[in-house]
Amino acid sequence: MSALIFERSIKNRRGITLPEFDCPEVHLDENIVRAAAPRLAQVGEVDVVRHYMELSRNAFGVDNGFYPLGSCTMKYNPKLNEQTASLPGFSDIHPLQSPDSVKGALRLMSELSQQLCEVTGMDGFTLQPSAGAHGEFTGLLLIHAYHEDRKDVKRSKVIVPDSAHGTNPASANMAGYSIINVPSNAEGGVDVEALRSVLSDEVAALMLTNPNTLGLFDPNIEEIAKMVHEAGGLVYYDGANLNAIMGEVRPGDMGFDVVHLNLHKTFSTPHGGGGPGSGPVGVKAHLLPYLPDGTVVKEKFIANEKSIGRLRSFYGNFLVNVRAYTYILSLGSNGLKEASYNAVLNANYMMAKLKDHFPVAYPVPCMHEFVLSLQKLKDETGVNAKDMCKGLLDYKVHPPTMYFPLIVHEALMIEPTETESKETMDEFIRILIELKDKAYTDPEYLHNAPYTTPIKRVDDVLAARHPVLKAVL
Amino acid sequence: MKRMYAHTHEWAGLEEGKDVVVGISDYAQIALGDIVFVNLPTIGDPVTQGESFGDVESVKAVSDLISPVSGKVSAINDALLSAPELLNSDPLNTWVIKVEGSVDESLLMDEATYLALDKDH
Repeated sequence: MSALIFERSIKNRRGITLPEFDCPEVHLDENIVRAAAPRLAQVGEVDVVRHYMELSRNAFGVDNGFYPLGSCTMKYNPKLNEQTASLPGFSDIHPLQSPDSVKGALRLMSELSQQLCEVTGMDGFTLQPSAGAHGEFTGLLLIHAYHEDRKDVKRSKVIVPDSAHGTNPASANMAGYSIINVPSNAEGGVDVEALRSVLSDEVAALMLTNPNTLGLFDPNIEEIAKMVHEAGGLVYYDGANLNAIMGEVRPGDMGFDVVHLNLHKTFSTPHGGGGPGSGPVGVKAHLLPYLPDGTVVKEKFIANEKSIGRLRSFYGNFLVNVRAYTYILSLGSNGLKEASYNAVLNANYMMAKLKDHFPVAYPVPCMHEFVLSLQKLKDETGVNAKDMCKGLLDYKVHPPTMYFPLIVHEALMIEPTETESKETMDEFIRILIELKDKAYTDPEYLHNAPYTTPIKRVDDVLAARHPVLKAVL
Repeated sequence: MKRMYAHTHEWAGLEEGKDVVVGISDYAQIALGDIVFVNLPTIGDPVTQGESFGDVESVKAVSDLISPVSGKVSAINDALLSAPELLNSDPLNTWVIKVEGSVDESLLMDEATYLALDKDH
């Protein structure tokens, strides 16, 4: 393992030698002056560069290789996005500047909101939330404000299907709701009868991801939305999987009242250690009055009397929004549609090639991702999904999402995205089959993988049971 | 002590005149894998049969513990806070909570029925 930057520290070593101080000295009040210098690593510039270069070599991102992490949409992020985000007009501004001096930024926020409305079929957007779960929390506060405004105060429950993202019940809980789980039906969609049986005047909302975490589009979506509306509840769309349907079908047309998007997934901005997220929330007209303060509409910050308030400092992760805006404009409406088509095509290609080697949890055409079950492999060889994922690391590919969704045993959830070539996917398929053969001939090899990574097999049980969260240097 | 099982893989230990003992099944601990954390209620908390009373966290996932009994928590197994692995090594002899209350046995299965269940599907 690499040394920490503090372990490279040598007393009095400096990166820069400053010229002699030749200004008049000003003495600050004692109670605002530090008693001791901050504890920083004392290193030369070359030490810093080598240290971070070494760390970056040990990291893995979409710029290094294939990253089929299901539900995370690890598509390649075009470098053009970085160029626009570093334009001085976007990068050298401060949120406390007067609105008159940042008109370009305000225009971008307005136009991006408009574009997102068009893609999702909603009537308004706020760009404030920092990422997906923050967007969910925002959406639930909007739903709460809506019911409260109508004096419909009995609604204390949120329905979440068992195939939902784990953040859905967590966000609803944080927003003060209790959770009702509904099971999936045999086709992997929402069990409509089970849903009907839990609907009541105590239900505030249903949270749904469509396509869901099995990569399946719920064909009953219109009926589901209608049922919830008839019971007085609202329907929330988790946009984690929007990459499957951009420009083809719109959550607004399916009957959803609130959506959150993950710009860092669908609209190609770095994430997963590579940068902050952005989780804009879109609403239908009946929820517009409750949007957070600081939302930009027609190049102006709005302040609604009924607003749920502020969700974070300032106006969201602005430069992430610049990247998403760039992506949308460079693809155009037909390009966005084509990106989704290719994402779905790639997933189906991989599923077709793998289905004879690993059982597919729901063997029907999928959307942008699909889920394999390695239960049979585990039963027959003792090699589980985790062992297979560790084995993949030696081939310099990032493993798929594993052990999720929970309703599939020994799950591997694969999402290739549209940016991967047939050659890349073929190579991954070949590797996975090779590892499967290895599981039958030499399971011990996979129990101990990986062999070539900077850190070998970690003891995650020990780490979770006895975490060491602090080092004394 | 008679053990009855829920579809959600918890067991209720029933003995005349005593509080109901709650634990998780051997299948549950195998499916969860190494358990690293157990989130317990506090003594006196109300629990409802069919509803969550806590959760267990494994390396794979966090799962709700669903109560097979309705009533009031009379004891919690503190040992699990520092040694959650007890649930892996001896699930049937490791209780999680004790509840003063009642069990609707029609919603549970006896041991033979539970063990015969095809739980993978």
